[in-house]
Amino acid sequence: MRDTRGHTRKPGLRLWLSGGWITVLVLAALLAPWISPHDPLAQDLFAGRMPPFWQAGADPNYLLGTDSLGRDVLSRILHGARLALTVALIAGVLTCLIGATLGLIAGYYGGWADLVISRLVDIWMAFPPVLFAILLIAVLGTGMTSIIIAIVVIDWTRFARVIRAEAMSQSKMDYVASAQVVGRSRLGTALTEILPNVLPTIVALLTLEMGIAVIVEAILSFVNLSISTDAPTWGGMIAEGRTSVHQAWWVLVFPLVALFLTVLSFSQLGEGLKDHFDPVLR
Amino acid sequence: MQILRRMIARLAATAVTLVGVAVIVFVVIRVVPGNPIAMMLPPGATDADIQRLQELYGLDKSIPEQFLIWAGGVLQGDFGTSISLRQPVSELVLGRLPATLELSVMALAIAVVLGGGMALTATLYRGTRVEGAIDVTGGMALSVPDFLWGLVLILLFGVLWPLFHISGRISPSLGFEFQSNFYLWESFVRLRFDVWTDIVAHMFMPALALAIPLAAIISQLLKQSLKETMHLDYVTLARTKGYSETSIITREALPNAILPTLTLVGVQFTFLIGGTVIVERLFSYEGLGNMAIDAVINRDLPLIQGIVILFALIFTVVNLVVDMTYAALNPRLRHA
Repeated sequence: MRDTRGHTRKPGLRLWLSGGWITVLVLAALLAPWISPHDPLAQDLFAGRMPPFWQAGADPNYLLGTDSLGRDVLSRILHGARLALTVALIAGVLTCLIGATLGLIAGYYGGWADLVISRLVDIWMAFPPVLFAILLIAVLGTGMTSIIIAIVVIDWTRFARVIRAEAMSQSKMDYVASAQVVGRSRLGTALTEILPNVLPTIVALLTLEMGIAVIVEAILSFVNLSISTDAPTWGGMIAEGRTSVHQAWWVLVFPLVALFLTVLSFSQLGEGLKDHFDPVLR
Repeated sequence: MQILRRMIARLAATAVTLVGVAVIVFVVIRVVPGNPIAMMLPPGATDADIQRLQELYGLDKSIPEQFLIWAGGVLQGDFGTSISLRQPVSELVLGRLPATLELSVMALAIAVVLGGGMALTATLYRGTRVEGAIDVTGGMALSVPDFLWGLVLILLFGVLWPLFHISGRISPSLGFEFQSNFYLWESFVRLRFDVWTDIVAHMFMPALALAIPLAAIISQLLKQSLKETMHLDYVTLARTKGYSETSIITREALPNAILPTLTLVGVQFTFLIGGTVIVERLFSYEGLGNMAIDAVINRDLPLIQGIVILFALIFTVVNLVVDMTYAALNPRLRHA
């Protein structure tokens, strides 16, 4: 069928494009202190709201222009990538560890453990996530640790739900029964039989989660509840750009493009991996 | 009988969820350090002042005690008094609820029209480039959340080509006296189309931002079920009878394909309502979500609690309604 053929062909390009952007971003984040043309925090009050280089009145020193305080937009985007990816990596991995473990327990062991975990997931699902995040930040105070904690506390259910279902269906398979027959312990079976089989799903979910972490960090810094008010976060830059969008569009557009591509790439990469690992589609 | 039992079980589960939400919100806000009272007093307030205010808001009692007092009030419709705005929480929240409801319903309508249109077009042109283009667009739309679509829309139709308003709910210069907070509905019913158009011009972009991801989901799912239906015998029969492809899709396949999409739309609608929090902020739209963010920034505990509980209530009620609708529409469940 056309549809299946289209489906197996597309992920290749999709994975390359999104993987490529993430690689560029990781390099930019790692090298930010060396490749940034300016200090991201340095203000130059005589060079406020300079347009990007191709526009009249631009200063070639500031390739992508400056914001209202004369801070270099490019340098702030590069340093913003550092913050965004740090949050994505730490929050993503922690969320994955906690959520997947609980999902595995609920799905494989069942019984009261499943009952408690599933009920908790239901309660969690009744919270609007953005509101929950803001609530937690208000309570924990701003700062990178708080953002990471907030993401983990909110999003573990994403992993728990999916991995529970996967583990449940895997545990009914014959190979699990045979592992038990040859005398493997419950824990041993869970770790050596079930885990490797749900690992592809975990990797795909982790990639998706990193994109979500980037957007949550951006939203929190947009409402000024993130790291600190003048730290170069993409969300903070977007918030400033939003208020001065009629005077200096570039303050909004460039961080928005960076954020948009990053979120899109993580999501496409995650979906692509999911299809790639899916034996039915392969 | 079966249905009745199902309904009772669902209602009980809903109640447990709501109590759980209430307990979690209540505990989370209170166990952490940081005194909301200290923040609302001017510098130089004495300890006695703090003491008096704490007693006034009941913050001097133990947490279980506070919870019981609060829960008792809630059952009588009393959600306490907002610390920052000094008005009853129920009044504040109910005052803002219509704005958020109108926005959500408008977004849902846009999503259904957009997503439905995409699915029908893709089915009509299945196997062609049109279908491919719709698939790619849908994939993109789904990958990027409403917050980012909102910003993109602000740039496109607020700045580059200023078709719509990018902040607020209504132009203040109109000076129209509303009797309710359902502005969109009221201006329509009172036949003030000038006011109505102005409100739509304010609401359209936030609603569209919320609608884009949902439209993509609707389109994907509906297309999938349409595709399955199109292979069924009765559709082939209709084709041999010489019906046009368009009428086969809309009159024969659609009614059968719509049920799975409907369930999903309900669940996704709750996500859309959750999205209003940040989208309202982005467009300075005076709804519940925008108020929630202010409440959090001001550490206004009673107001935060009221808003979160209301959101949770809306979430669970929507889910309940979807379940019931599904049971009512699905003959297999009806006679089971």
